[in-house]
Amino acid sequence: MQTANVNRLTPYLFLAPAALIMAIALLYPIGYMIYASFLDWNPSQRIGEAEFVGLRNYINLLSDAAFLESFRVTISFAAIVVSIEMFVGVGLALLLDRNIRGMSLLRTLFILPMMIAPIVVGLMWRYMYHPTVGIFNRTLKSLGLEPVPWLSDGSWAFASVVIADVWQWTPFIFILSLAALQSLPQSAMEASRIDGATGWQQIIYIKLPLMMPVLIVTLLLRLIDAFKVLEVILVLTNGGPGLSTEILSLRISRTASEFRELGEAAAMSNFLLILLMVLTFGMFFYNKAVEMRAARLRAAAEED
Amino acid sequence: MSEKVYDKQNPAFYALLVALVVMAVGPIVMMLMTSFKLNVDIMSDTSSLIFMPTLRNYETALCDFLWYEAAHIDYCDKTFGRALVNSLIISLISTVLTLVIGCMAAYALVRFRFMGRDTVSLSTLAMRMVPPAVLLVPVFGIWTFQFQIDGTRAGIILVYVAMNLPFVIWILQSFIVQVPIQLEEAARMDGAGPFQVFFLVVLPLIKPGLAAAAIFTFRVAWNEFLLANALADRNSRTVPVTIVNSMTEFDIDWGVIMATGMLLAIPPIIFTFVASRQIITGMTAGAVKG
Repeated sequence: MQTANVNRLTPYLFLAPAALIMAIALLYPIGYMIYASFLDWNPSQRIGEAEFVGLRNYINLLSDAAFLESFRVTISFAAIVVSIEMFVGVGLALLLDRNIRGMSLLRTLFILPMMIAPIVVGLMWRYMYHPTVGIFNRTLKSLGLEPVPWLSDGSWAFASVVIADVWQWTPFIFILSLAALQSLPQSAMEASRIDGATGWQQIIYIKLPLMMPVLIVTLLLRLIDAFKVLEVILVLTNGGPGLSTEILSLRISRTASEFRELGEAAAMSNFLLILLMVLTFGMFFYNKAVEMRAARLRAAAEED
Repeated sequence: MSEKVYDKQNPAFYALLVALVVMAVGPIVMMLMTSFKLNVDIMSDTSSLIFMPTLRNYETALCDFLWYEAAHIDYCDKTFGRALVNSLIISLISTVLTLVIGCMAAYALVRFRFMGRDTVSLSTLAMRMVPPAVLLVPVFGIWTFQFQIDGTRAGIILVYVAMNLPFVIWILQSFIVQVPIQLEEAARMDGAGPFQVFFLVVLPLIKPGLAAAAIFTFRVAWNEFLLANALADRNSRTVPVTIVNSMTEFDIDWGVIMATGMLLAIPPIIFTFVASRQIITGMTAGAVKG
């Protein structure tokens, strides 16, 4: 009797600490944030003293040009960065999926950019973009060309931030697609070779479709992370010049710490969260749908 | 391994490989070189490859750990040394806690299946998408006014553990699934209780998974800036926070700041070289295996 009780309780005992910590430090704060987004609240007040203003924060935000601009910047940053990284990363994986010496060293070196702190990545690039001592402008000058205002002109600053992110995260896509490529069934590859498919035909009709499930997951993981980027941009431009690189995460942290509008920052966080939620659930259900279709096809094939 | 036959490739292919390596590692090498330069060398117009390497920048950053008097330091700024200690304590403790707690939870979810696997994957995924910026306002509010643990290391550790748990549970799950249940049954037959089975049978078998999870957790805790910045006070600041604080000044001391950046980058770089296989496994576990 005693042991049976212990056995029945075990799963809960094992799960309890994790559930407790996630409840108090993750779920509770998110609930708190949703509540706070309806308040007019500044950091010196306790939350109980803040005034309830209903949907005012949300309405203010929707008519706030700066917020809409930073929403636009966030979306275009994520879209541009992720498409470049997917293109380059998958391309490199297809190109380098060969049996060559030094591949594992190459993969190790490729992980480095995403392992080191985003703050440090920002630091390195800020140094390289430096108007006078940075390597880019030095090289341009020694070639007799005009120096480029990397971080001090709006559209250049956006491009610079994109370049730094592409440098840091293309390897992620490369490594995931390489892993996908190497786990493809060899039989399909051989069959196509016997049928006389050229390299390009193999890539387009066999490799890419077979990699698709992994590519979709990779794409969405990267997309989610692209909305979280903050430190690199903070160090490089701090959102400037103007609002040209002010992504939502940065705007949230500035609204909270500089403008001291916690309610508005919470409402902004809510917008960001909803956006990400749509993406994540989209990813999950797409995955499920693909899996179910595969299972159905397999079942149908077995019946024949 | 040594018998593996490698294909012969076009020389242009190797040129491409070299170019890729230079692009990937170049900025890091440049930071390393700059950290060994005096400001005179950084600002000079001559070639950036020829200079007299110096440890001065590191001496300035780590001045309170030096066992000798460095002649060039008139005033020792202890901020960075203190931050380094804080960073180490916070990342190590939060890594250990996350692993122990996450491991137990993952085990319960796999073995006792009282929740569908789908629910678990969906909720870990949902948690993974929460950006630190979203947690900023509520965590600041709750930590300051309700728990009153703002400005303490414990407060920062708590957020990091919570932030990392979903990912760790997700990774470890995929490793625990592969442990044959017969092993556990055999142990139970020999009279081991559930905790003994877990600690003496399961844990040793999933070491590679633990290594991957540990590296990822440590990396997040070690590199995180935003929440640490909001929660820390003067005495609990971590290294990323001090770096950003010293950047806001108009005149940046590039040599010293690159040295501090290098010190912050060293642990992840070491992990990468020691355990790149585990890191790649951890990265692909979520996406490739589903």
